[in-house]
Amino acid sequence: MSVQHVVFIILSAIALIGALGVVLNRRLFRSALFLVVSFVGVAGFYILLEAELLAMIQLLVYVGAIAILIIFAIMLSRQAMAADDKVLNEQWVLGGLAAVVLCAFLIYILTRVNWPVVEAAVPANSIQRLGESLVNPNGFVLPFEVASVLLLVALVGAVIIAREK
Amino acid sequence: MQVPLSWYLVVAAALFCIGLYGVLSRRNAIGILMGVELMLNAVNVNLIAFWRYVEVVQASVAGQVFAIIVITVAAAEAAVGLALIIAIYRSRRTVDVTEADQLKL
Amino acid sequence: MDYVLNLWVRLATDVYQLFLGWGLPEWGAKLIIDFIIILILVILGVLAVIVLTPMERKVIARMQDRPGPNRAWPYGLSQAFADAIKMLTKEMILPRHADRLIYTAAPILIVIPALMIYAVLPFGPQAADAELKLGATNLNVGVLYFVALGSVASIAILMAGWGSNNKFALLGAFRVVNQLLAYEVPMILSLLAVVVLTGTMATQRIVEVQSIPYLIVMPIAALTFLASAMAELNRSPFDLLEAESELVAGYQVEYGGMKFAMFYIAEYVNILSTSILFSALFLGGYKFFGLEKVAPVLAPFIVLGKAVSVFFFMLWIRGTFPRIRLDQLVGLAWKFLVPLSLVNLVLAALVVKLSANNWVQAGLLLLGNLITVAVTFLIMSLVERRAKSGGSVVMSEAQNLTPAAER
Repeated sequence: MSVQHVVFIILSAIALIGALGVVLNRRLFRSALFLVVSFVGVAGFYILLEAELLAMIQLLVYVGAIAILIIFAIMLSRQAMAADDKVLNEQWVLGGLAAVVLCAFLIYILTRVNWPVVEAAVPANSIQRLGESLVNPNGFVLPFEVASVLLLVALVGAVIIAREK
Repeated sequence: MQVPLSWYLVVAAALFCIGLYGVLSRRNAIGILMGVELMLNAVNVNLIAFWRYVEVVQASVAGQVFAIIVITVAAAEAAVGLALIIAIYRSRRTVDVTEADQLKL
Repeated sequence: MDYVLNLWVRLATDVYQLFLGWGLPEWGAKLIIDFIIILILVILGVLAVIVLTPMERKVIARMQDRPGPNRAWPYGLSQAFADAIKMLTKEMILPRHADRLIYTAAPILIVIPALMIYAVLPFGPQAADAELKLGATNLNVGVLYFVALGSVASIAILMAGWGSNNKFALLGAFRVVNQLLAYEVPMILSLLAVVVLTGTMATQRIVEVQSIPYLIVMPIAALTFLASAMAELNRSPFDLLEAESELVAGYQVEYGGMKFAMFYIAEYVNILSTSILFSALFLGGYKFFGLEKVAPVLAPFIVLGKAVSVFFFMLWIRGTFPRIRLDQLVGLAWKFLVPLSLVNLVLAALVVKLSANNWVQAGLLLLGNLITVAVTFLIMSLVERRAKSGGSVVMSEAQNLTPAAER
């Protein structure tokens, strides 16, 4: 039981309890806050996996933008700040069953496969490599550019859809 | 690397299934969107775990690039989804997905 | 003598050896030293409030030709303690029907990211031996860490606005988050120019590489970052939301006593950390014409001295300019600062590719910045002239930014 194990267990507790808070809570604003908790837990996972750039991007994009967007939408679509009385729809039993069965199935498989794990250290200049691969023609420049176009389209689309007529 | 890879995968699977439950069983459209974000997070954790445990030895960063693209797509989808939800709220005064069952605005 | 000159590093090594001598395992000794460093940094954060609060009030008072607080001993300099005692003795209220968890958690959650920024600030040079350096950690993505934590604070503000169960608090929270999100983009772009010039995001390395302070090399990036940081900190002239004469106190309206003190503390802790970061990125950090190589013990004091002078500059601006309205503020960010910092970023990338010599790069960048500033003034005067002669609707934005007397 080394330090890494303990940290991993704490982080997964944060992430999973946050996720449970999102789907089980009656009040929507509290769900959004639990979502933020879950995001922070996942950012902790990235740091544990030595991908610090991705952890910071996760905090910046998910917590600093997407969560705020969700909270804004919650506040803009509430009437008189009242709590909802019905949280679940008619198929919640089947939905829960499907989720539990899928979870059991995945856990069963994932713990039985012999993964081709290789012990290696993360190179010191992984951030430079990441930047270079994003603009390298033999690398990932095409997904990068397509993602930029996607963001532009989403920006224009969101503005047009949410505009006051 | 003392934590076995399967632990990360199990946590990611649990996150994914909790998100799936959120998507399938909540009434509020924003609640469903939050479930989708949980699922995307779980996928990202999976990707980075595999990058760290399997791919690093090849000096490749494909896992991280993939995860960045997934975060980008999640951001774009959250923006458009929430714009749609606000537009529906303006015309129907509700964000309950069980009540948005007519094509007529 | 050598011990005193390298005081902090020698002290840390001696304490480490002491712990090892007591029989603690290596990781245990290191953990305790890390905790001590964290404690020192947190105390520094709180010291920021104690020192900066009376300094601000006295300096602004002098700028306005009045004495400022002079009742708290001595000469009003312990005003922070007086404020703290006052706030501790106030009643802890909870608004009716407010969400108790959210209302109470918001002030706590706003202080946490403010204090966490201190982990990546460089307080001294890297020692010649081993990994000992002055500062908590040398994170590979230090600059991005700063921006990410700045954006986490927005969540706490939204929680404060929502948890007060007050529509005006909610509106105030919306407006503050609007301002914060708008100014994140020029801040990131100006920081990116520094990162492109240096080749790394680690703050310690950026200070080491700066042979010429980047304020002189890239004044546009420095001033854009300063403006964006002042907007992020809700300082004047961007402090519409905490303007006591307007909107009461924005999202803090339902908070009193120690909870309000938490918002106050978070603001000043943020101010000090941003000033230290600005001095590290643009003013040369702990460097002072080679003094830090001779006497590394003085390095933290050099850093704090530069940070306090940046703070003085911010106070100067606060005492000089009137507040600007929220839509003018957000328009300034998107329509003026973002294109300017984009041009600066492209310029920095071009110059880095053109030559590898430090001095040539600096010269070219300075030239490029001056040309950009000249072109910007030209464009703005053209826009003003067209707006004055009754131009199209698009140009009326410039009218909003010019003072009423000149229209």
